[in-house]
Amino acid sequence: MPELGRKPKLSHQQCLDLYYYMRLNREVEATMTKLFRQNKIVGGLYSSLGQEAVSVGTAYALEKKDWMAPMIRNIGALLVKGVPPRDIFTQHMAKFTSPTKGKDGTSHFGDLEKLHIVSPISMLGDLIPVMTGVAMAGRYLGQKIVAMTWIGDGGSSTGVFHEGLNLAASQKAPLVLILENNLWAYSTPVGRQVPLENLADRAKAYGIQSYIVDGNDVVAVYTAAKEAVDLARAGEGPILIEAKTFRRRGHAQHDPAEYVPAQQREFWEKRDPITLYERFLLKDKLLDVKSKKEIETKISTLLDEDREFAENSPMPPPELAEEGVYCSGDDCHKIRPSWQRPIEELQPPKSSVEAVWNVAGFGRGITPGGGIAPIHFGDTAVHRRPENKPTPPGKPTLRKKAATNRASKPVSAGKTSK
Amino acid sequence: MAPITFLEAIKQAMFEEMARDPSVVLLGEDVGVYGGAFKTSEGLLQKFGWERVIDTPISESAIIGAACGMSYLGLRPIAEMQFIDFIACCFNQLTNFVAKGHYLWNAPAPIVVRGPSGGGVHGGPFHSANPEMYFLHTPGLKIVYPSTPLDAKGLLKASIRDNNPVLFFEHKFLYRRIKEEIPSDDYIVPLGKAIVRREGHHLTMLSYAAMMHTSLEAADALAKEGIEAEVIDLRTLLPLDEETILDSVKKTNRCLVVHEDTKTGGIAGEIAAILFEKAFHDLDGPLVRVTSLDTPVPYAPTLEEAFLPNAQKVFRAAKALAGY
Repeated sequence: MPELGRKPKLSHQQCLDLYYYMRLNREVEATMTKLFRQNKIVGGLYSSLGQEAVSVGTAYALEKKDWMAPMIRNIGALLVKGVPPRDIFTQHMAKFTSPTKGKDGTSHFGDLEKLHIVSPISMLGDLIPVMTGVAMAGRYLGQKIVAMTWIGDGGSSTGVFHEGLNLAASQKAPLVLILENNLWAYSTPVGRQVPLENLADRAKAYGIQSYIVDGNDVVAVYTAAKEAVDLARAGEGPILIEAKTFRRRGHAQHDPAEYVPAQQREFWEKRDPITLYERFLLKDKLLDVKSKKEIETKISTLLDEDREFAENSPMPPPELAEEGVYCSGDDCHKIRPSWQRPIEELQPPKSSVEAVWNVAGFGRGITPGGGIAPIHFGDTAVHRRPENKPTPPGKPTLRKKAATNRASKPVSAGKTSK
Repeated sequence: MAPITFLEAIKQAMFEEMARDPSVVLLGEDVGVYGGAFKTSEGLLQKFGWERVIDTPISESAIIGAACGMSYLGLRPIAEMQFIDFIACCFNQLTNFVAKGHYLWNAPAPIVVRGPSGGGVHGGPFHSANPEMYFLHTPGLKIVYPSTPLDAKGLLKASIRDNNPVLFFEHKFLYRRIKEEIPSDDYIVPLGKAIVRREGHHLTMLSYAAMMHTSLEAADALAKEGIEAEVIDLRTLLPLDEETILDSVKKTNRCLVVHEDTKTGGIAGEIAAILFEKAFHDLDGPLVRVTSLDTPVPYAPTLEEAFLPNAQKVFRAAKALAGY
């Protein structure tokens, strides 16, 4: 019987919070599936069934002041950040009461002012440089915030994934990127998307730290995310976390996902993140039948109320179509940053730049970061394809910066290293 | 005050806005230590430091994305394209992410994307573009294309203070070739307003950027033959100042549009449609377009000369139009 990999360093209440949000995540989506079948959802419906631990465990590591930009399957992250279920229902039903007033659907909405959520768009990867900018601005303003965003195994193939993560790395931006590897990009299995066993290996190319975590173990996910958020806040960002999980439904409701092998589906269904966590909570007496019932009642009451609100909400009036393309100025949005540091700090010499001209990792034996240079003058170094080792479930693996991981021995002049 | 170049005007606008408002930052390729490929940001790093003058990797999408993200926290980033041709690399980020944010989820993105554009300097097919029309079709963006140092400074300041994403095109042919005295105070030139550069009553000549000077040259030659052209500098293409255009055409009854952008899909077509909709009965002749050829910008000086409009081509077209 599969079990959680490690015990949480969490209070009783925090343990129950994680449980509540995962259950809420699942029930919100179950409600929407019903609405979809009743033809009340305007467009597509995308499911995160079986991936709740990733959305909830990662977002739960953020503080209130932090920023996030979820993707379409991160409903759980929205809920953790404080989005009420009614916003998610009204969005999907294109209602006037929705956050976008019916101008966009699904989880395509955000909140700059209160919740600090940036809306996704359908083109994957664009959020990575945007959240890098959020992280850079937060640092500049002295806000000590962390920016978190998500990308899938498929989305990691985009060019802007590289541009964004590379900029974040070169800026040491306090960004945490969750690479949610659910093994399928629509109908394309991850192996045809990326020729790597561990997508976290991409982090090496940017000289940043990464984790690989069992995405169906909410405690492991949270533990890795919390460490990463703390590291990023301390100036050690950006950090990449690969969460290995599985997309149990098709790309969207219309897709029966017949291309997924039955054995693979069975394997992952046995590792349902909510079942796993519930079993652990019951066993460790963190949850009993009574408190479980209370949580279920709380969720169903909330969802009944919010679903009813959404169903009774009007569609947007046609004249709204032409409104809001441009911001008209202060009457529309007062754009003022929140400074959390003295402005004098921003002026040189305190913020001056020192040029560095030596070539890192070449010809000196030791890199500026303290690592061993892989190459001396006159050498050739070969980097063979690394042997991939599967990660045991439940153990988040911290992978140190690539610079300290490279060729362990200095290569003597004139020889070729293998 | 001594007259300043177009390039100096850009530099002054950025310098003054950054000094006035710590939320203004600059990011782009080689904008810091090097001071920009055309030296438009020379001295900014020394004055404002590396947190506000940010040298980025060669990643146009990341530059625009990061600028947008910074603006969400209340900053007003200026994102430089080293050459405006490279704006094609971040087309998605601009048109799908930045431009749609306010309409869809009430998220204004007060960023300025600026860079050197235009031909006539033998930059070849990838360093001479006028890509403004790719973006004119994108609701949510504003497009500014000045022709004089005074306007360049005032419009850039207005763009930085605007709450919307503004694409600011700087015609590189003008960078060091024209000088103008400018006011010494903190002035802005409002977006969305065209200006009449030369009054006339025989025909209306609409133009912008480098071609505005070509149009004025042609207008002088026309005046010697008794044809008085009214030359209007559009300055902002989005939003377009329809009022100034219509007022002039209703007076002259003839309209010629001169632009350096290629002909098909150029702004002349859009202006023609506006005139047909709103001034059909005022027109005494066809709308005439003097534009670049429908080809990429060629490299050899002889080819580029054939490609671009010039005062002679404008003169001939205007003279024919005046005959209606």
